[in-house]
Amino acid sequence: MLEVHDAVVRYGAITALHGISFEVAQGEIVALLGANGAGKTTTLRMLSGLHSPQSGQIIFEGQDVTTTKAHQFTSLGIGHVPEGRRIFPQMTVEENLEMGAFGRRGSYSDDMERMYQTFPILKERRKLIGGNLSGGEQQMLAIGRALMGQPRLLLLDEPSMGLAPMIVETIFRIIGEIRDSGTTVLVVEQNAAQALRLADRGYVMENGRIVFGDSASNLLTDARVRAVYLGESADS
Amino acid sequence: MKRYFANTHFKRLMSSVAAMAILELMTGPPGSALDPTAGFTGSFGEASSFFGLFRTQRWVVFLFIAFIMFGLWTSWLTWGAQVKTATTKAMSVPRSVSHKQPVRWGVTLVLLVVALLLPHLITDPFWQAAMVEQIAVYVLLALGLNVVVGFAGLLDLGFVAFYAIGAYTTAWVTGALPTAAPFGIHFNNFYAIPIAIGLAMGAGIILGAPTLRLRGDYLAIVTLGFGEIITIFANNLYGITGGSQGTKTIPHFSLHVGPVKYLWGLTPVPYYYLTIVFVILFLIGFRLLEHSRVGRAWTAIREDEVAAESVGINPLKYKVMAFAIGASTAGFAGVVTASQSNTIFPSSFTLQFSINILVLVIFGGMGSITGVVLGAIVIQTGSMYLLHTPPAGYQPQDLYIYLGALLVVMMIFRPAGLVPSRRRHREIGLAEAGEGHMDEVLTGDTP
Ligand SMILES: Nc1ncnc2c1ncn2[C@@H]1O[C@H](COP(=O)(O)OP(=O)(O)O)[C@@H](O)[C@H]1O
Ligand SMILES: [Mg+2]
Repeated sequence: MLEVHDAVVRYGAITALHGISFEVAQGEIVALLGANGAGKTTTLRMLSGLHSPQSGQIIFEGQDVTTTKAHQFTSLGIGHVPEGRRIFPQMTVEENLEMGAFGRRGSYSDDMERMYQTFPILKERRKLIGGNLSGGEQQMLAIGRALMGQPRLLLLDEPSMGLAPMIVETIFRIIGEIRDSGTTVLVVEQNAAQALRLADRGYVMENGRIVFGDSASNLLTDARVRAVYLGESADS
Repeated sequence: MKRYFANTHFKRLMSSVAAMAILELMTGPPGSALDPTAGFTGSFGEASSFFGLFRTQRWVVFLFIAFIMFGLWTSWLTWGAQVKTATTKAMSVPRSVSHKQPVRWGVTLVLLVVALLLPHLITDPFWQAAMVEQIAVYVLLALGLNVVVGFAGLLDLGFVAFYAIGAYTTAWVTGALPTAAPFGIHFNNFYAIPIAIGLAMGAGIILGAPTLRLRGDYLAIVTLGFGEIITIFANNLYGITGGSQGTKTIPHFSLHVGPVKYLWGLTPVPYYYLTIVFVILFLIGFRLLEHSRVGRAWTAIREDEVAAESVGINPLKYKVMAFAIGASTAGFAGVVTASQSNTIFPSSFTLQFSINILVLVIFGGMGSITGVVLGAIVIQTGSMYLLHTPPAGYQPQDLYIYLGALLVVMMIFRPAGLVPSRRRHREIGLAEAGEGHMDEVLTGDTP
């Protein structure tokens, strides 16, 4: 579904991605792991057009999308839940979800109903403005907004960041449901243990390179991953 | 003594006195070698003075004002927070449009009737002229700039350029410029409207397309420069624009359709009705625009440009659109002014003009159509009043002192403007609570 070949991204003089290659197949959940500053966010930003790669190639569903502009990615079928959620803080929950359907023609009220079923809390809060929601609710809203664009590939950047364990649990359950309903998911996580339990495969990034990738179950037992990313959670 | 300086009340009192002393100097008569302190000791001296109070020396009056200011300031610190939370609460309740709709239609209808009757209620020729030249036209300009600044969140400091383009286009099309009119035909002013709107819009797109990629503060600089360039062109392209003399031969609007003939002339009332019709059309148009898909895209871009892109909005496209719509409104206003006054001078297209319109928008409430209309009416009526009936000692150039002071006071007490847009009010409320960010237009920082 998605192939990335030798992608290089620079921020001015800083090279954030030194030629990374990976792929995501239809129907998978793929986890992208790595420490702070490894280049995970940059990778997702590149995959939604917010940063074009200096060199390399991105192929989505057989189509070269390397130089496609950010605002065209929703209509291609790629949805992005950015780091820090970035909901529209002064729009209501309802308006936020409607914005998610901006690129679509025709009615989207069925999808709104579906979002409210997936996230009942958003239905309760639908007249409240986004900025007044709790972190978990904002994360759900950000995911809901991206889903309103009917993506076939959903990019999630640290959906568990700053959330209480119970809410993280809910979010991860919903990510599973999203995959089950047919949307492929590429998720960036620092919370490696939980991400790998959910994912089918994973890649590990370090300093702008993908150092290795494997099936999630292999990564969970991999000594290197356990040592560096799972730390104390490996014992539990 | 030291104890006094540490006392916050004392500090506040002293700042009030100092502020008023400065205002006193700025507004007072100039001192001379013989009387160096005239700014303080001069008198308000007119016979019309209030209970003889203003016949006293200026410093007494200003000291009095300083004490009042100190009182207001202190009570604001004491009770202001309560007032603010109360208004914020009221404002953040979602508006239930349904049952208020009839009321709003009623108010609109009453306002419409008042607007139409106004020239018959106000018969003073000064005010009749002011209603067209200084109020209705400025309402139009404020509405246009509001699309750029309020809806799209772009700081445009060169708005006057598009107004000038509109005015010069009118002169060109009607054959009032040294350069030949298009096709050698002297068109009726009505034809100037679409041409001026088109040219202003074109200029907006040409200027906007490359510069709107820039961050907010750079955009302000580029538009500032553009405003200056247009004025300099108008001044120096003698053979085309008539140079610093401008032109004085622009005809009035005239209508000649079949048996119907009408010529707008020197009397302001017919122009008032003509302008009011256009103001209403623009009002309706902008109201629809605000709630359209385009309006929602502007809101999204203003709130978070990256998020807007990721839901499929092309920020550049919508920013250029806002810029072009604002520009064409100014271009249209230029047609009205040029036709009504028959004259244009490059010296009237200054940076100060752009700032003036911006003040109307900020004062009224960025993003709020009702707000900017009201803001334009209030400020322009106020400045015309000061011009027509100047209080003792008032000089025309003092106006900007008062406008400046008014803006400062507004920013303290009603930072979102006279009639804040609901959303803008929430934005500022959230920013103060440390969530989200205020608009870059106000703070100058982009996320
Ligand atoms: N806007 C930027 N400008 C310059 N350097 C950046 C910018 N964003 C990220 N970087 C750098 O790129 C590298 C990768 O960052 P990022 O993709 O955010 O990592 P991660 O999401 O894995 O924490 C880091 O070294 C970071 O400092
Ligand atoms: Mg990151």
